[in-house]
Amino acid sequence: MSSEKQKILTTDGIPLEVSLKKAEKKNKIKAFLLVCPLLLFLIITYVFPIGDMLYRSVDDRMVTNMLPKTYKAMEQWDGKDLPEEEVFEAFYLDYKKLVEEKTFGKLATQLNFEKNGFKSILKKLKRKMKKFEEGNYKEQIMEVHKRWANVEYWRALKRRAPSYTYAKYLKGIDMYENEDGNIVQVPEDRRIHKILWLRTLEVALFVTIFCFLMAYPIAHLLATLPMKYSNLLMICVLLPFWTSLLVRTASWMILLQQQGIVNDFFVMIGLVSDDNRPEMMYNKTGTYVAMTQILLPFMVLPLYSVMKTISPSLMRAGKSLGGTPFVAFWKVYFPLTIPGIGAGCLLVFILAIGYYITPALVGGASGTLISNQIAFHMKSTLDWSFASAMGLMLLAGVLAIYWVYNKLVGVDNIKLG
Amino acid sequence: MSKNSEFVKFDKVDKSYDGKVLVVKDLNLDIAEGEFITMLGPSGSGKTTCLMMLAGFETPTNGEIYLDKNPISNIPPHKRGIGMVFQNYALFPHMTVYENLAFPLRVRKISKEDIDKKVDKALSMVSLSGFENRMPGQLSGGQQQRVAVARALVFDPAVVLMDEPLGALDKNLRESMQYEIKHIHESIGVTVVYVTHDQGEALTMSNRIAVFNDGKVQQLSSPDKLYEEPVNSFVAEFIGENNRFSGQVTDVSKDKCKVKLDDGSEILANPITVKSNGEKTIVSLRPERALINTKDKMENNFKGKIEEIIYHGDHTRVRLNLLGNKDFILKVPNSSANMDIKLGNQINVSWNSFDARALDPK
Repeated sequence: MSSEKQKILTTDGIPLEVSLKKAEKKNKIKAFLLVCPLLLFLIITYVFPIGDMLYRSVDDRMVTNMLPKTYKAMEQWDGKDLPEEEVFEAFYLDYKKLVEEKTFGKLATQLNFEKNGFKSILKKLKRKMKKFEEGNYKEQIMEVHKRWANVEYWRALKRRAPSYTYAKYLKGIDMYENEDGNIVQVPEDRRIHKILWLRTLEVALFVTIFCFLMAYPIAHLLATLPMKYSNLLMICVLLPFWTSLLVRTASWMILLQQQGIVNDFFVMIGLVSDDNRPEMMYNKTGTYVAMTQILLPFMVLPLYSVMKTISPSLMRAGKSLGGTPFVAFWKVYFPLTIPGIGAGCLLVFILAIGYYITPALVGGASGTLISNQIAFHMKSTLDWSFASAMGLMLLAGVLAIYWVYNKLVGVDNIKLG
Repeated sequence: MSKNSEFVKFDKVDKSYDGKVLVVKDLNLDIAEGEFITMLGPSGSGKTTCLMMLAGFETPTNGEIYLDKNPISNIPPHKRGIGMVFQNYALFPHMTVYENLAFPLRVRKISKEDIDKKVDKALSMVSLSGFENRMPGQLSGGQQQRVAVARALVFDPAVVLMDEPLGALDKNLRESMQYEIKHIHESIGVTVVYVTHDQGEALTMSNRIAVFNDGKVQQLSSPDKLYEEPVNSFVAEFIGENNRFSGQVTDVSKDKCKVKLDDGSEILANPITVKSNGEKTIVSLRPERALINTKDKMENNFKGKIEEIIYHGDHTRVRLNLLGNKDFILKVPNSSANMDIKLGNQINVSWNSFDARALDPK
């Protein structure tokens, strides 16, 4: 047999490799066909939207395409003083076309993102433009509003010339490229995103810690109790899973608001006075409480599945060998639960960092997170490219955390069940 | 060096888990220092519970356990200084063999050099030198078993408990490990309390065996006594093979009694538990004590019909229909003298009354 193997021929004389491939081919096709629907689903619902998001976050061709003549004329302009007549003329012609096509509103919105005040002067220009005479557009346009004579606005216009931009990403971390092409921070009173990023990280971190502290004993209890009790406890842990997220969040609102049940109870037992009820809702406290409760099962389940596999005789062995209960726990039991801790913490942290609905409902002003800001730009300002940029930054952050985790603990050590 | 004959003492120990059923009833057991004692019994007989009480993982419901004359019921397991080998070894999977063995030494704050020495010694004792840096998962079952034994012994405990340590091994390995553990015990003289449900294991290894059934010690004696002189029908049945006749005592003298069997015939037996006429009894006879076609003069001689013959290599097992017992087993040594053994033949079977023990009817 072994000499036949060395020749790598089958009994019929066909090379073993060829024969093996042939035999396995059918299975491989079958396997691929089985995976196919999911693969397509993933591509359509995941890869494609994320690709689109990435593209949208850097895509700046809208303005470029709207003002082709202007940007052509601007190529010569050094950006120091007001541009020459030909730039004004080209802009007039581009804008006139946009007005005729009724798409000038988009331009106004886009330019207003770049510099505040653009919208109103563009509208004014549109009204006055009907009476423009041919020639000397520079003066005529500057007549419309004094801002048109301000070189800042023309510089802002020129900044939108390239088809691709990373300005949205800079904006996401409260930076921008100033007139000289340097990347600087926005004025202190307008740095809102940095606060939001830090707050998001802080909330995610603390929610993870709270979840861990609460879930560890629960999971241990679940893993060690006799079956009849542990089943009941398991249902209690899973019950929130089966309840609508909105209902759970709303019940926290009922419980924690200033006139809510918890506060009433505190007043009743004399812990706080009636006119000095603590605010536990619509701030960070509310976000912590509600998110910890909602994300708790995600920590309990991986921990439980790992603890279930740890034989109780290990702790006994630790004790019988002379370790105090604490030493036996710390040296024997705890290290064995690390895969579960890793999985649970990673899961909760990643879910928490992108959590939207709960902070939106109970967070108030001091409890909103970066995801709420993203939603705000998606729904209210309609600055989708900025929302996309922030979404991608969040995604990059999560991937970075995953990478660090992999370096520190090793993804192979994760055990989800 | 005087050995303490009451090194471990169970004194009137009862144990109940649910307050309704006693799993251990009035256990009184003295274990001498350096002794290898086995608790043998079917599952659910309370033997493991006894071990767990000694280790400190269960509390006696009543009574007290003494270790070297000190009551230990209120001492937590980690302060008892008792080594334990668990059924599934309970090696710490995240530690190397060295770290596993060093664990009991480290918690005792022993210096690094001494730890190295002791671990070396313990590993060479179980012939696993050079395996220090392996993880338990990389070892075979037998090797894991040895590591577990070494770990239980490395901190020089006064008593080592072993809870069916060989249960997971295959037959050959189990047998060689039995000898190995026995030799280790002999060379270091530690007191071993061993729990098993395998009678062969118990007979091979122990100085004394405590046969458990129904929460009670049925018999506590040396392996040979246990086999040759069972004191009741449970022990006779549980240890080794056993031919049983049930009947009624008709005449008792000092060392003999007549038993009238259910089919009407009378045999002579050795009265162990029976005392008076009319008592019901079960007479127990080891298969190897009954001989066929013997020329020796014996007190019981009967004819039986061969129902079944099973070849076992070194001996042949013959099933007879004898005196109404259709499952009478004979062990015939494999020698050419036994030509008569053919299915359906009638053969003469004889035994001495001394070997037929009249026991309780259960």
